[in-house]
Amino acid sequence: MRIKLEKRREPSMAMLVTTPIASVLLTMLIGIVVFDLIGIDGFKAVVDIFLSPLLVSYKWQDVAVKAAPLIIIALGLSMGNRAQVWNIGAEGQYVIGALCSAGVGIAFGQTGGFFVVLLMIAAGVAGGGLWAAVPAWLRTKFNVNEILSSLMLTYVSFQVLGYLVGGPWKDPNGRNFPATAPLADSQTLPVWPDSTVHLGVLIALILPFVFWVIMARSEFGYQVRVVGSSTTAARHGGFDSKRTIWATLIIGGAMAGLAGAFEFVGVLHKMDLGFPSGYGFTAIIVAFLGRLNPFGCLIAGIVLAVTYVGGQMAQTSVHIPNSTAGIFQAMMLFFILASDILVRYRIRLIASTKAAGV
Amino acid sequence: MTMISRRTLFKGAGAATLATLASPAFAEDKVKVGFIFLGPIGDYGWTWAHNKGREALVSELGDKIETIYVENVAEDASAIPVLRDLAQQGCKLIFTTSFGYMDQTLEVAAEFPDVKFEHCTGYKRADNVATYNSRFHEGRAVLGTIAGKMSKTGVLGYLGSFKIPEVVLGVNSFALSAQKQNPAAIVKVLMIDSWFDPPKEAAATETLINLGCDLVTTHTDSPAPLQILEQKGLFGFGQGADMSAFAPNAHLTAIEDIWGPYYIDRAKAILEGTWTSTDTWDGMVDGEVVISPYSAAVTADAAAAADIVKAGYMDGSFNIFTGPIYDQDGVERVKAGEVMGLGDLAVMDWFVKGVESAA
Repeated sequence: MRIKLEKRREPSMAMLVTTPIASVLLTMLIGIVVFDLIGIDGFKAVVDIFLSPLLVSYKWQDVAVKAAPLIIIALGLSMGNRAQVWNIGAEGQYVIGALCSAGVGIAFGQTGGFFVVLLMIAAGVAGGGLWAAVPAWLRTKFNVNEILSSLMLTYVSFQVLGYLVGGPWKDPNGRNFPATAPLADSQTLPVWPDSTVHLGVLIALILPFVFWVIMARSEFGYQVRVVGSSTTAARHGGFDSKRTIWATLIIGGAMAGLAGAFEFVGVLHKMDLGFPSGYGFTAIIVAFLGRLNPFGCLIAGIVLAVTYVGGQMAQTSVHIPNSTAGIFQAMMLFFILASDILVRYRIRLIASTKAAGV
Repeated sequence: MTMISRRTLFKGAGAATLATLASPAFAEDKVKVGFIFLGPIGDYGWTWAHNKGREALVSELGDKIETIYVENVAEDASAIPVLRDLAQQGCKLIFTTSFGYMDQTLEVAAEFPDVKFEHCTGYKRADNVATYNSRFHEGRAVLGTIAGKMSKTGVLGYLGSFKIPEVVLGVNSFALSAQKQNPAAIVKVLMIDSWFDPPKEAAATETLINLGCDLVTTHTDSPAPLQILEQKGLFGFGQGADMSAFAPNAHLTAIEDIWGPYYIDRAKAILEGTWTSTDTWDGMVDGEVVISPYSAAVTADAAAAADIVKAGYMDGSFNIFTGPIYDQDGVERVKAGEVMGLGDLAVMDWFVKGVESAA
């Protein structure tokens, strides 16, 4: 008896859908076992991290607010990934987007209102897009790998953040703590009454439909998919792969910038050194767990947001560190990438007729 | 059909979770007191000391109160859901134990007017938000005195976190005290933009040593700098707690933060219904700032000079912030004979003469 991997003629739809779910379940199972082995109530920890945020109604708003940036960033990243463009620097584009938004807010002083807020968000989109345009330029002009350049620009963005909040943008009434002054109320996004759910959450729910229409129904979406599947085919089809690289990187950066602007204008209302919270990196997991599908990103964004909120709950209830949630998130990515093989290959058990002599 | 079965599955799971959430440890009659901590309780410094205070509270009032604590809470927006969570779990009193929780504390306090909050080292208060702090600079004066006596090069290192008044005060107190022993002493300051980051603390300590410092004191929370000093055969001090176990030779003494009495007082006030929003700034004489025993390496004359400073703070006859005090540019900021009040100290944002810093 031996195991053989056989290439499928078509990627398996069933596997495409079931493997992400299996990855989440397997992560939970391994979590229970590992926690029990180190002497923590594993079942309770896993229930707290994966289910409690859904069951306790006052946590729904936290899940929604955390899911929004993950979904928005993942939508942009998955479009690039479809074209085989690997933007790893969404975290940096997210930070720069928020900084551009903050710059506009500071420039307007205490003046707020609809147009100022709109301008702040537009600045976030533009800033994120421009930050991602740098790897696009390096890639198309000098063939520099965008994985490295986009990742390294993330660290540059942290330095820019540190310089601005610790220097020119420091709150004059903040006793020297490196942070900007809080936004005026008229400069913030509207929120649902008695909650923290801001307008950006609603937009995060609408955007997957927009991206689905673009990817499935527009010529641009078709071009992205063709370039992603084969550059030679794209050239024969008359598609310019350089243009696709530019477009997908800038869209990915713009989405990350949008998420950063929403986080700043809708949630935090000030910039400090704690602003880079890892959404840009976690969104990579969201994109893959969502199978690079806009609606998949929506669901996966909620799953990952649940683990964030659940990780915080487990801190108080079972006293495990918050970073445990990060371990679970990484495990999910690991399983989803590993299970990719089941989408493209099938496992065959072959009864060996002879003794297995090699 | 699948919908129904999925729903029932969730219901079952829901009942199970709610049952575990309402665990018997949280008995109804006890008053819950919450704490959020910046680092791990095992940092052997700042957070460790606050947790000692929490333990003192439990051993004193454990029959009437219970505590819930959360470690490693970042000084950013992620503190908000943690605070909300503690309030939702029924805490009546919540201590937020680092400067960077200030705005988050006020924000959540506004949502829960019935819950009392206590913010450590901050300056913004509300009807249900009190602030408390320690006069750590009194302890820094003792350390500075020892440093001034013991440094051979007269170049002292100061590893700081952020250039906020709490830290600036400590630097100035240390520098002025060292200069009283050695008028030529200078203090090189490095800020690492973090309270607790052992690798960064260690690297910054190495930098200070390379700049010629033969003694380094810290306003960050881990023992990592002391371990570097131990390796190099140089001296330093513990921060927040006695850290001699980590660096038996390098550790001269430490400033120990004793929070227990304050936590007990405030919890009693909740139980008796007498809690009000106050601003408390206790020091050595209140037993909140304590100097650890000197190590064998502390010379007799350094110990004697340090004891004089300590005694002066205990009987109120000494204050290091007595003029004349000059700033880095040599401008006289406090006239001879004048003493800076706590109000002035709370907003101090300039370094004294002899302090060398990048910013």
